Amino acid sequence: MSLRALVGITLGKLVGRLSRLLRAGGGTTMPGRVARAVDPAIIAHLAADLRLGSVLVSGTNGKTTTARLIASCCERGGWRVTHNRAGANLHAGVAAALVSRTSAIGRARGEIGVFEVDELALPRAARDLRPRLIVLTNLYRDQLDRYGEIDHIAARWHDALSALGPGTTVLFNADDPAVTAIVARLSLPAVPFGIEDDRCGRPSLEDAADARYCYRCGTPFTYRVVFLSHAGKYACPRCGTARPDPCVRADAITLRGTTGASASIAWDNGTHLTVDTALPGLYNVYNVLAAAAAAAHLGVSKETIRVTLSTFTPAFGRGERLTWNGVALQILLGKNPAGFNELLRTVASASPTALLIAINDLTADGTDVSWLWDVEFEMLRDLPSTVTVSGLRAHDMALRLKYAGLPTDRVRIIEDLPQALRVAAADAGTGGTLILLPTYTAMLQARDALRSMGVARGFWED
Amino acid sequence: MDLRVCHLYPDLLNLYGDRGNVLVLERRCRDRGIDVSVTRARVGDALDARTQDLIFLGGGEDRQQGVAVVDLRRRAADLGAAAASGTVILAVCGSYQLLGHVYHPAEGPALEGVHLLDLETRHPGRGARRLIGNIAIECSLPGVGALVGFENHGGVTDLGAGATPLGRVRVGYGNNGEDKTEGAMQGTIFGTYLHGPLLPKNPSFADALIGLALRRRFGEVRLAPLDDDVESAARRAALARIGASYPTDRWRGRGAASS
Ligand SMILES: [Zn+2]
Repeated sequence: MSLRALVGITLGKLVGRLSRLLRAGGGTTMPGRVARAVDPAIIAHLAADLRLGSVLVSGTNGKTTTARLIASCCERGGWRVTHNRAGANLHAGVAAALVSRTSAIGRARGEIGVFEVDELALPRAARDLRPRLIVLTNLYRDQLDRYGEIDHIAARWHDALSALGPGTTVLFNADDPAVTAIVARLSLPAVPFGIEDDRCGRPSLEDAADARYCYRCGTPFTYRVVFLSHAGKYACPRCGTARPDPCVRADAITLRGTTGASASIAWDNGTHLTVDTALPGLYNVYNVLAAAAAAAHLGVSKETIRVTLSTFTPAFGRGERLTWNGVALQILLGKNPAGFNELLRTVASASPTALLIAINDLTADGTDVSWLWDVEFEMLRDLPSTVTVSGLRAHDMALRLKYAGLPTDRVRIIEDLPQALRVAAADAGTGGTLILLPTYTAMLQARDALRSMGVARGFWED
Repeated sequence: MDLRVCHLYPDLLNLYGDRGNVLVLERRCRDRGIDVSVTRARVGDALDARTQDLIFLGGGEDRQQGVAVVDLRRRAADLGAAAASGTVILAVCGSYQLLGHVYHPAEGPALEGVHLLDLETRHPGRGARRLIGNIAIECSLPGVGALVGFENHGGVTDLGAGATPLGRVRVGYGNNGEDKTEGAMQGTIFGTYLHGPLLPKNPSFADALIGLALRRRFGEVRLAPLDDDVESAARRAALARIGASYPTDRWRGRGAASS
């Protein structure tokens, strides 16, 4: 370990301790920023000490939950895991996780690293970490003002992955033609996963689906079944390009509204396991499937995987259920049309007594709220409850609901989020259910509000 | 009375919630008792543009636009003839560029447009900033006022003598970030960088387009006023959020001082 790296680690740890002490926030990235300022190669140095190597998880949706699931499987399997915190998924967050799991004399406390990384951070993270496994969940349109078009991300991923050697395996979502197109042109070992159960799908694509055209010849794909946005069983009628047969498959899926799901997960070698998870919605079946496939690839036993996935407690904003003055409160983060459509599908099937939608347009949310018009809010038309809208773009949301066909007297605008939470909870009433669908910064705001009322934990506590 | 709307390439040029514009056209007609038919025409579909009153085109990724423009060139004469007969064409973002003469990308060969709007677009090069952000313009159409929206484009557009700007930029970049022009109008053809859901927060512009489109078959039509409380509130909130003053007459004062 170089002196420079040691100084970086020491200073990073000090800053982390201070920010926790002062509850100043930023504790999830500051140690990493400081350590990288001292030693720009700190990630590569510390990652080299991880005895069992590292795993990277990236994609538009599901990377936080998938990475948490993989980390939990590894932990239960008996390994010491270095894992970055939810949302801290840029280089500083990865560096902070490594620094905090390194002793003062520079010895790694973790044996394996499990890191979720932002789509645009994947190229450099892959270069620095030389991971043994990369998990690619999906690529949907998301925050176009920040990420640009999905072809742009796909090109950068392809360049980054092309530079890796055969020591890296790519585990990828075969149902997503945009992801498959990237992997198809790589020479790395690759393992496709996918959903088999056609009953979970729909016959046709949504309006906002992206990768409709064959990436080889430009002909529109035909879909036997569509699972989620452009993910499904696709084939090109002209050149024969088609969804690869997955090596790890989810079948016999049961969705239980917002309370969870179950599925049978099967491997090519004939082994299989049945998972019952508290994570709701088909999008979480993908997360569970990806995590099971990843953990098995790393060598975690199937029984350990089954127990971990079936006892996993959802995180705040990702399905966790809280109780507040007798109201069951569930917060489901929505970031983009693909994710939001799945949330609405899940919510509509659960019929909550009250619904609150909070839309912000800060940098972390995406400053362009045009995407609200790609979301099929028409699904809420038959929901009996009043919908409260909140956040910096509450009025844009109210306007979208008007054109989705909700009568204006069923939509209430309360820009202040804590106030909106109180009113919506009163709507739900004792014994009722309130579902909050926030964008990212609105979720953090809701968490602060609920923490100050003693309902949720602080971000430094998980 | 009825309005025939065509959404051209709804599966290809749909990048930023573009379908919101079609929802608004439909709803604002139906609420007034005007029937609406919406034809969704894809690449290769048969379409007689001259039977349509209003044709809408959205924005797409580079690859999708490359596919769309090939089909669009095949339809250019038909679209031109329709516009000459009074059909309104509204093109936002990427398709706005395609309606011009040419698009010069950052690298690679120039992409010929369909010459329906007298304008040219060029990408200033790989390292150049994209023009991204909230935008507010003062619309040149009488009675429309301010338009509020969001722009996100790499290409910069210069208008020729045949086209007039759709409006003057108050906040944001507009056609090229320099001359304060935004969008283009040429006869009944309109193009703009205010992408995606342009019409929901700008109902006066939506109504201007509906009125113009109806004129082709029904002559001058007086559109009944609608309850626009939700629209007005969203407009006000958006204008306040991007730091533009409201109402528009105060803007004119400010704009005059700065130009
Ligand atoms: Zn093909």
